[in-house]
Amino acid sequence: MAGTEKQPVTGAGPFNGVLTWVDQRFPLMQLWREHLAEYYAPKNFNFWYYFGSLAILVLVIQIATGIFLVMHYKPDAAQAFASVEYIMRDVTGGWLIRYMHSTGASAFFIVVYLHMFRGLLYGSYRQPRELIWLFGMIIYLCLMAEAFFGYLLPWGQMSYWGAQVIVNLFDAIPLIGPDLALWIRGDYVVSDATLNRFFSFHVIAIPLVLLGLVAAHIMALHEVGSNNPDGIEIKKLKDPETGRPVDGIPFHPYYTVKDIMGAVFFLIIFCVVMFFMPEFGGYFLEYNNFIPADPLKTPAHIAPVWYFTPYYSILRATTETFMWVLAAGVIGYSALIIQAVGARAVRLAVAAIAVLLLVGFFTIDPKVWGVVLMGAAVLIFALLPWLDRSPVKSIRYRGPLFKGALAVFVLVFIVLGYFGTQPVTTEGTLLSQIGTLIYFAFFLLMPWYTRMDKTRPEPSRVTWEGAH
Amino acid sequence: MSRARQLLVALFAAPVLALAAGDEVRLDRAPIDERDLTSLQRGARVYVNYCLGCHEASYMRYNRLEDLGLNAQQIRDNLIFTDAKVGDLMKNSMDSRDAKEWFGAVPPDLTVIARSRSSPAGSGADWLYTYLRSFYRDPARPTGWNNVVYRDVGMPHVLWQLQGEQALRTEVIEIPLGGDEEEVLKREEQKLVLAAPGSLTPVEYDRLVADLVNFLSYMAEPAKRTRIEIGIYVLLFLGLLFVLAYALKKEYWKDVH
Repeated sequence: MAGTEKQPVTGAGPFNGVLTWVDQRFPLMQLWREHLAEYYAPKNFNFWYYFGSLAILVLVIQIATGIFLVMHYKPDAAQAFASVEYIMRDVTGGWLIRYMHSTGASAFFIVVYLHMFRGLLYGSYRQPRELIWLFGMIIYLCLMAEAFFGYLLPWGQMSYWGAQVIVNLFDAIPLIGPDLALWIRGDYVVSDATLNRFFSFHVIAIPLVLLGLVAAHIMALHEVGSNNPDGIEIKKLKDPETGRPVDGIPFHPYYTVKDIMGAVFFLIIFCVVMFFMPEFGGYFLEYNNFIPADPLKTPAHIAPVWYFTPYYSILRATTETFMWVLAAGVIGYSALIIQAVGARAVRLAVAAIAVLLLVGFFTIDPKVWGVVLMGAAVLIFALLPWLDRSPVKSIRYRGPLFKGALAVFVLVFIVLGYFGTQPVTTEGTLLSQIGTLIYFAFFLLMPWYTRMDKTRPEPSRVTWEGAH
Repeated sequence: MSRARQLLVALFAAPVLALAAGDEVRLDRAPIDERDLTSLQRGARVYVNYCLGCHEASYMRYNRLEDLGLNAQQIRDNLIFTDAKVGDLMKNSMDSRDAKEWFGAVPPDLTVIARSRSSPAGSGADWLYTYLRSFYRDPARPTGWNNVVYRDVGMPHVLWQLQGEQALRTEVIEIPLGGDEEEVLKREEQKLVLAAPGSLTPVEYDRLVADLVNFLSYMAEPAKRTRIEIGIYVLLFLGLLFVLAYALKKEYWKDVH
């Protein structure tokens, strides 16, 4: 047996024996070393680097509280709403578990959005971390699916009509749409059948995929090593004797103790919301969702939960008149690409795609294009590693073009999010349309403005002013 | 008195609800205190006497009312009028098909009504407090009643014998703007006026509604008081834990150069 050749475990006091026994049968110490004790992370992580570990913390909170909620929740259209109130009243500590889960859902998105923003700030998606970014994007998609399925479960008015609106989006797809929507719902309207399958997705299918993806995300990260606020590779400069990066420190204990501190700070904010404002002004728990689902009574104003609202705004911005603006955008953008690339085949392909899109814009219902744009707005993040052509990764060494573009993008994301929570108004739609254009311009024009930008040279060592 | 202050007084001193034509109704702030157990008990009494016949509280158990400082026997003697057991849910025996025929819609369950009626305009308690004081006589309605907060509501004014009958009048309000000249802001407003007094004075009636709303607000989230109490301890603990976590981090990181 190869394992018996391993050195006995030392340094664990009374547990040395047990750990040695396990280690000879399982790569325990190897995992410990590769992912914690001898995983060298740059020493200059700042505030933005807490959100990865916080995302894991929230995932654990959601799974742990979810297990207990499932013990008392009834996935049955006739009983679901009452069973949630039963949890809130009759189950010992049930209200706490439920608020942890509902606050956790919003916290998850806050943490993940900040985690993604960190990637944008420091170019964490750039080569060699493209795959980490792609795994992250799939995690984000799963998270959205998880949140969407989970939101139906309390079976309130917003649960019901939110699901109805989103499933009806598939209805707009040409040819297969109506059948597809029917297949998703399992009925002609959102009903008990829908609730049951959403429950199954929410508690089994998506969490399983999510956990696997998180593992893949971390494995890919540990393969190439973490980026840092300077956007330089610490592996390029290693101590010739030890072979360790001179600007790296072992993840454990340095970042474990630092992340514990971050986690406690996060929990303080989390608990302030959970204990003193669990509805968070109607954003975390929508007021209308305290009315049981009524298939015969459509609420006057249907708004998804806040974390979907930027995309919802993009969906609603796609009106019939907006198709002309989109058409102009497609013509302009394809002209830009054709002028920029030399290869004749590429030019022809771009022109063909543009013509197809233009024909489609005016033959297919704008509603369909709204769905397409909404989907594209989410998926376009995945292209970042290839859209960004800057010679530097970190915002610290980028020029005013990228800094300005990123600032405007963040602002637009928030503005779109705001209008997504509001009823439709003429001004709101106009601003959402402008926002939609800027949103896509941020990504689609990136190859040009990142190359034109005046960057500063990257340092050879990370910025570090000594122990804080 | 400053101009702003005069405006404020003009707006808030009016004893009856004022609304500019076409505007959303401005909600009165419900003067409730969820720690006031006697108010909650009075509210529970109003609820079982006047509301429960039509509006169930079907997620709430009678014995949960022990939160209000009552024991099981007191609940049985004073708040249960049916053969319900003290551990039963607060249901009624109205058939929903009948209800629909009588009122045009089934009277909603009121267990969590105070939460669902929240909006940016005010808390659910504010809405309920304003609503229950805004019924007026309207011969055009089948019930003879209408409500300025909830137009053409199916519910009649159940508490009319207590409040009396209100009427909706349109008045031109003159608000003096102060200053040397006799500046006056003219606004056309609809006002509710008490046309026939009930068995309670307006002050007593407002108090009764406040007690009821206090109870509805409690019932929407019985764990609220516990939640806030525990929250304070949890935050104190986390504060202490943060100090330790910060010290631990600092201790380790002093080696990093």
